[in-house]
Amino acid sequence: MIRTLLAVIHRDLLLAMRQRGDVANVLLFFVIVVTMFPLGVGPDKDTLRLIAPGVVWVAALLSAILSLGRLFALDYADGTLEQILLSGQPLTLAVLGKISAHWLMTGAPITVLSLLLGEMFDLAAAPSATLAASLLLGTPCLSLIGAIGAALTLGLRGGGVLVTLLVLPLYVPILIFGAGAVETSAGGLSPQPHLMLLGGLSLAAGALAPWAIGAALRVSLE
Amino acid sequence: MQTETVRPSSFGFHRFAAPPEFYRLAGRLIPWFASLAAVLAAVGLYLGFFVAPTDFQQGEAYRIIFIHVPAAWMAMFIYAVMAFWAGLGIAFNTRMSSIWACALAPTGALMAFLALWTGALWGRPAWGTYWAWDARMTSTLILLFLYIGFMALHGAIDDSRRADRAAGVLALVGVVNLPIIYFSVQWWNSLHQGASISLTRAPTMAATMLQAMLVMMLALWMYSIAASLMRARAILLERERRSGWAQAEARG
Repeated sequence: MIRTLLAVIHRDLLLAMRQRGDVANVLLFFVIVVTMFPLGVGPDKDTLRLIAPGVVWVAALLSAILSLGRLFALDYADGTLEQILLSGQPLTLAVLGKISAHWLMTGAPITVLSLLLGEMFDLAAAPSATLAASLLLGTPCLSLIGAIGAALTLGLRGGGVLVTLLVLPLYVPILIFGAGAVETSAGGLSPQPHLMLLGGLSLAAGALAPWAIGAALRVSLE
Repeated sequence: MQTETVRPSSFGFHRFAAPPEFYRLAGRLIPWFASLAAVLAAVGLYLGFFVAPTDFQQGEAYRIIFIHVPAAWMAMFIYAVMAFWAGLGIAFNTRMSSIWACALAPTGALMAFLALWTGALWGRPAWGTYWAWDARMTSTLILLFLYIGFMALHGAIDDSRRADRAAGVLALVGVVNLPIIYFSVQWWNSLHQGASISLTRAPTMAATMLQAMLVMMLALWMYSIAASLMRARAILLERERRSGWAQAEARG
């Protein structure tokens, strides 16, 4: 079981490394979206500090959605996905592996980048660290829920816009707790409740989402 | 094509799961539900607009509550019903269940929209603003987005079987998420709490107000049933367009 999981993760990471541009583009998108906000609202540091958590989190949601297109589409196009389905290995396991790889390529680097962006938005040390912690705990949930949308819209025309429409409303709790953690931290309170809720959401999604994704993939591959 | 021949059960109720039977029964029931909806709405609006006392704080403006609250209830309730039928459709692969889910979605979206729209119109005189990021308003807006997502996904897939099942998975994911969204939004609002707006007004409600509201609630129930039966009939006829009975029905 673990070997299947690791094999899928290894394969997806290897594929991503062979096309580094795709991974880099998502991260570049994340940074550029965040950069647009100070240009839009002005360089006033107080304002920036106020909007930083929301801006970084919304950018993280959008980057996650943008990168979802790659999650199953390539494997669907060349038939690998069908092979995985027919392989006799539990589909949920393969799905979990693919999502882990997806998170390692988007969620993890975004978490690291957020430390830099926190500095650009003049966040103090504590809120900045909270921002990174909230992203670390919350981005797995983004990958997991997003994968449901990606599986449902597999092979549909206009799937990219559609997946945004389906997934963003489901991201609301993650956004609220993620940005909320940073805000409470900036207000001098402990962000622990928010972070625990985020972790809880990720764990619950980790337990439930693979089944929904598996069902969605079976529907899409019929 | 599993439901063409249905074994008679002890209740004889399952036979309405067969498309032609359902189609005919629905056709006979729609006028009843529609006229009940009209009568109840007339009574409810009369009670609400003429009989119920004027609110001492909000004056006449509060009367929009008689549409607003039942619509908000229906919006939430229909989503649960829709998810139930969608789940049934996935679990047992029954065509009528999925058609029901599909037929309920636009009515649910309409109710969510009505609740938001009347809420905005009510908010203007009551709070001085059309829109406040109140927890209930925000979660109703997200509910509307979920309805739209369901319909958009269904509409994007040409094969009706795949569309039913994909949209069904989405409805189930949504119904699991809905309470989480609701509570997170509520908490978010209590954290931000800019303007001091309280929705918990009118601690005691006059009996006539409650009666009017319940009658309007029933009216919207009847309307929703009539509307989704009509939509289910249309969907059924479209999907069964190659079968003999559907062509006979379409010819009239």
